Amino acid sequence: MEIGFADLLHGFSVALQPQNLLYCLIGVVAGNMVGVLPGMGVLSAISILLPLTYGMPPVGAILMLAGLAYGAQYGGAICSILLNLPCHPPHAVTCLDGFPLAKQGKGGTALGITMMGAVFGAAFGILQMIFTAPFIAKIAFQFTSADICSLMLLGLLAGSTLAKGSPLKGVAMTILGLLLGLVGQDINTGVERFTFGIIDLDDGIEIVALSLGLFGIAEFLRSVNKTLPINTAYTKLGVSDLRPSGADLKKAAFPVLRGTLIGSLCSMIPGTGPTIASFVAYATEKKISKTPERFGHGAIEGVAAPEASTHSSVQGDFIPTMSLGIPGDAVMALLLGALIIHGITPGPRLIVEHPDMFWGLIASFWIGNLMLIFLNVPMIGVWVKMLMVPYRYLFPSALFFICIGVFAAKNTLFDVVTTLFFGVFGYLLVLLRFEPAPILLGFVLGPRFEENFRRALVISRGDLTTFLSHPISAFFLTLCVGLIVAQLWVRMRRKSPLAVASTASD
Amino acid sequence: MKLFERRDYYAGALMMALGTGAAIVGSRYEIGSLTRMGPGFFPTALGILLAFIGVLIAGAAPYTRASESGTAELGAPDWRGWACIVSGALLFILLASHAGLVLATFACVFIAAMGDRGNSWKEALGLAAAITLFGVVLFSFVLRVQIPLFGSM
Repeated sequence: MEIGFADLLHGFSVALQPQNLLYCLIGVVAGNMVGVLPGMGVLSAISILLPLTYGMPPVGAILMLAGLAYGAQYGGAICSILLNLPCHPPHAVTCLDGFPLAKQGKGGTALGITMMGAVFGAAFGILQMIFTAPFIAKIAFQFTSADICSLMLLGLLAGSTLAKGSPLKGVAMTILGLLLGLVGQDINTGVERFTFGIIDLDDGIEIVALSLGLFGIAEFLRSVNKTLPINTAYTKLGVSDLRPSGADLKKAAFPVLRGTLIGSLCSMIPGTGPTIASFVAYATEKKISKTPERFGHGAIEGVAAPEASTHSSVQGDFIPTMSLGIPGDAVMALLLGALIIHGITPGPRLIVEHPDMFWGLIASFWIGNLMLIFLNVPMIGVWVKMLMVPYRYLFPSALFFICIGVFAAKNTLFDVVTTLFFGVFGYLLVLLRFEPAPILLGFVLGPRFEENFRRALVISRGDLTTFLSHPISAFFLTLCVGLIVAQLWVRMRRKSPLAVASTASD
Repeated sequence: MKLFERRDYYAGALMMALGTGAAIVGSRYEIGSLTRMGPGFFPTALGILLAFIGVLIAGAAPYTRASESGTAELGAPDWRGWACIVSGALLFILLASHAGLVLATFACVFIAAMGDRGNSWKEALGLAAAITLFGVVLFSFVLRVQIPLFGSM
């Protein structure tokens, strides 16, 4: 198959339209800001902006929201290195060596290396997407309902068990998400399910309300009066500090390469997003280093590898989302939800039916990453200032933005009530040590999962073995079983990198 | 450190309750057969599955070490912050429908800000005033969100 160079050019012509450039810029600036602000999450930020995109053309909307997703990765590193705050899970591991470097007065160098690793990782991730996504989509064209169903099952299972926390609880959260996705009118029969007579629930639960409740309000309830005072002693730096020395560059080159490869591998496995990639990359560097004792005391490799892996994996995560319609984590689930809201059916047909969207998005990745470099390198001082906004000012303001953002989604205050409900419920879940992120995965995939499940069984006249007699479906189910067995294996002998990653992130 | 995760009993119980509830409500819709599934099939099946996972979570509790099960120690909820955040959001809902955007925004931010023990009432007032001004300009004038500035909807 030929890779359409013309398609890519077409993508640039879409992404370079002035309004799309503007949307992309808004996205990456907002993303960078959210990444820098301690205590603000990418999920909340995308959810707040999502209702504002309802009136926008779909391509612009997705470029903007995607910009938020990868822009936040740039900001998150600043927060980790200079403040020692793991405010964004993918950057938690960067604190280990980034902050000691900042203490030695080499915070600028660490940031400079981070930027280079970021660009390299992102570029690799985008190339990977250009070459693999159309290919995967082409294969997926032939999938039957049964195949899609099993693939979704694999995606859901991986998404809930490979992420942070107990796998069993992750599965529970996914099922809860699937159930929440059923609320509203059944597409096949028109029967209202779980609406309890509330008319506002006929169209289902508003995705923005669910996600801002679970990840916005619940997070405020959790961290109010519990944030530690921020140590801003090591935040003074200028543009010239960012330039790494030749020796540092040499030390960081291979870790960046290895990190990038690990990130791209992790993005291929459904459910393993940037967080796991960064932990695996760090662990690998430490293991193969000749001087592992330097790690934790300011080894530049310990910053370079995980950062490169985060960026390549965030870009790579778009591959299953855009080519199969299966999101790897909650952020991608939200973007998928945005696609659906804008009337675009996710799945293998997306690339063919909406080339503007797909190739425009890829082109905007290049442009957006370039913008982020120009935003971060000359303006590092601005972002560092932003680090100092205290949480006690941040959360009351954010609460207002959440309320009005949710209202704007459908112009109804009922959704704000829903948000508050899920906020309190989400806090309860966190108290009971559940990780609520898989709820969003289940919620977004739920309706399509049920539709394909029903269709597969109608075609096979109620024969459940259809899932095993289709070879592709059987293959995915085998992977599911393999995944469960591997999980049990890891539980028994807690030494594998994944187990280390999940305990280290606790 | 506790020897095992006692909270997992409650966690499992919650999932059992939610799953059973979903299955009971779901079974009131038409279940149908495997060939022609009714709207009740999927919710009932998921509900039963969720309840089953709940049993597993509770059953695994004695074998789960406290540190293994996810989020770091939270401690007791902070009730002042809690009350202020929840009532801030409630006030927004009430005032937006009856008194307009200006009052709703101001009350929401002010009350929520008072939830943080680090904020004095003067700081909370200042923050609320600033966000109200900003919010009115952005949402009312620029984005034209459909809440009147004053008065009921």
